[in-house]
Amino acid sequence: MEKRVVFSHKILPYLLLAPQLAITIIFFYLPASQALRQSFFIEDAFGTSSDFVGLENYRYVFSDPSYYKAIATTAIFAAAVTICSLSFALLLAVMADREIKGATVYRTLLVWPYAVAPAIAGVLFIFLFQPSLGLLARALMAIGVDWNPLLDGKQALTLVIVAATWKQVSYNFLFFLAGLQAIPKSLIEAAAIDGARPWRRFLTIIFPLLSPTTFFLVAVNIVYVFFDTFGIIDAVTGGGPAQATQTLVYKVYNDGRLGGDLGGSAAQSVILMLIVVALTSVQFRFVDRRVNY
Amino acid sequence: MIENRRFGNLSAHLVLIVGVVIVAFPVYLAVIASTHSADTIANGQLSLLPGGEFVENYRRALFIGTSRTTRALVATMLFNSFVMAMAIALGKIAISLLSAFAIVYFRFPFRKVAFWAIFLTLMVPVEVRIYPTYAIAANLNLLDTYTGLALPLIASATATLLFRQFFMTVPEELTEAAQIDAAGPMRFFRDILLPLSRTNLAALFVILFIYGWNQYLWPLLITTRDDMTTIVIGIKKIVATHDALTEWQLAMATAVLAMLPPVAVVIFMQKLFVKGLIETEK
Repeated sequence: MEKRVVFSHKILPYLLLAPQLAITIIFFYLPASQALRQSFFIEDAFGTSSDFVGLENYRYVFSDPSYYKAIATTAIFAAAVTICSLSFALLLAVMADREIKGATVYRTLLVWPYAVAPAIAGVLFIFLFQPSLGLLARALMAIGVDWNPLLDGKQALTLVIVAATWKQVSYNFLFFLAGLQAIPKSLIEAAAIDGARPWRRFLTIIFPLLSPTTFFLVAVNIVYVFFDTFGIIDAVTGGGPAQATQTLVYKVYNDGRLGGDLGGSAAQSVILMLIVVALTSVQFRFVDRRVNY
Repeated sequence: MIENRRFGNLSAHLVLIVGVVIVAFPVYLAVIASTHSADTIANGQLSLLPGGEFVENYRRALFIGTSRTTRALVATMLFNSFVMAMAIALGKIAISLLSAFAIVYFRFPFRKVAFWAIFLTLMVPVEVRIYPTYAIAANLNLLDTYTGLALPLIASATATLLFRQFFMTVPEELTEAAQIDAAGPMRFFRDILLPLSRTNLAALFVILFIYGWNQYLWPLLITTRDDMTTIVIGIKKIVATHDALTEWQLAMATAVLAMLPPVAVVIFMQKLFVKGLIETEK
């Protein structure tokens, strides 16, 4: 689709594009290409000399057990957050889609956590689960759980997952609700006349019609776990204990900062970029078929 | 309504109320904790009802600071966050409006290239190019400046795509009428396109303000001075995870203050927020 009527001007369009393109080139393409370049070099800690090493950095990354651990952590993290927040959000959206009193009030009360910064969400959950004074930590200990996320890696990962899920529910809820409201009521009425009970209608009509929304949200949630949970991890665990909560993105940050291993960090960045390209293409493939308001 | 089921509606209310309680509880507890004294919290005697230290805690957090530090005050951090969020939101909107206008309303060499160059930035989020971007910002003397906080985040593929999509729906007749009246491109942009884009602009602003306010990784890298930190970064410094001496009542007061502006935006501009959220994901 193109405009038929346009303005003709030789320089103006370039001037209009200049600010956007300048920032894009300086802060996006230049650093991205430098990351690509750095990934083929080994630099000393002060950046005074660098040697071309070919694929050495990549080979190193893929021979590093902690890299595989980060992959596993990211995968568990993504799967857990996606499954938990999508199912919780779907349940709430289905309930809020009924014609009940106060539906809009419920919607307001459920969407606002979207606005809470990931790092702040992390801090709220530290406070709830702090071993010595956290309200829920004490409740856990009262029922006999030996709770200490500062020492126990699995518990730390669970805590980060809970915080990330909490933060993501409102987003998923909004999109599910929009998807539900787009389903024609006549379909559901027809099924009801045929004697299908609510649960059966959900399984055979509503859920299949929601599948574009669900696929879209799965992609969005995975991207969210990859990138936006950085703040949660940094605030709650700092990647620890013993790298138990270190995701791929957090590892890029940590290796470049603490280790000063810029080449290795850059190689990891390049691998991540490829993952983002894959995820974004999946997301765009499904966007066309997505149900909207 | 398909069938009138009193029991069904009752259970819907029940599920939603439980959902709201789960969602609200962490924040509720933060608000409660910010009204109690440090001792009450440290002894684990925190009740579920507000205490009497509200004024004292917020006054200390905002204007005095935590006991053993010389860190920036929450008031300063709030100000920094506000400047950053506004600069990011308005900056993104401004440059995206202009570039979408150029792409939709002009024919020129490299138009497609420019479009794809902007579009592909979606594929390189800041998290995957952390250190090279930092190095460039440092070379440009942008560390510890407001420009450094906002400028690198201002490029926006999403906003450009959104405005492009919207401009495509503006009737051609309006452009023709403007040209017959001998209005130049910038006149058309200012007097016709901008007023028509008002709702889209507002919806996008709501989303981008929240996005800007909640930035974490970039401000963490670009600011080294305490008086330049934003509140989302600052809170982590107040909560020293391994330190039993964290002043939780102040940490929670800070958290509440950090959440307040973006949450207020969502609650009071809910229509625009929902519109913005759904449009930007198209």
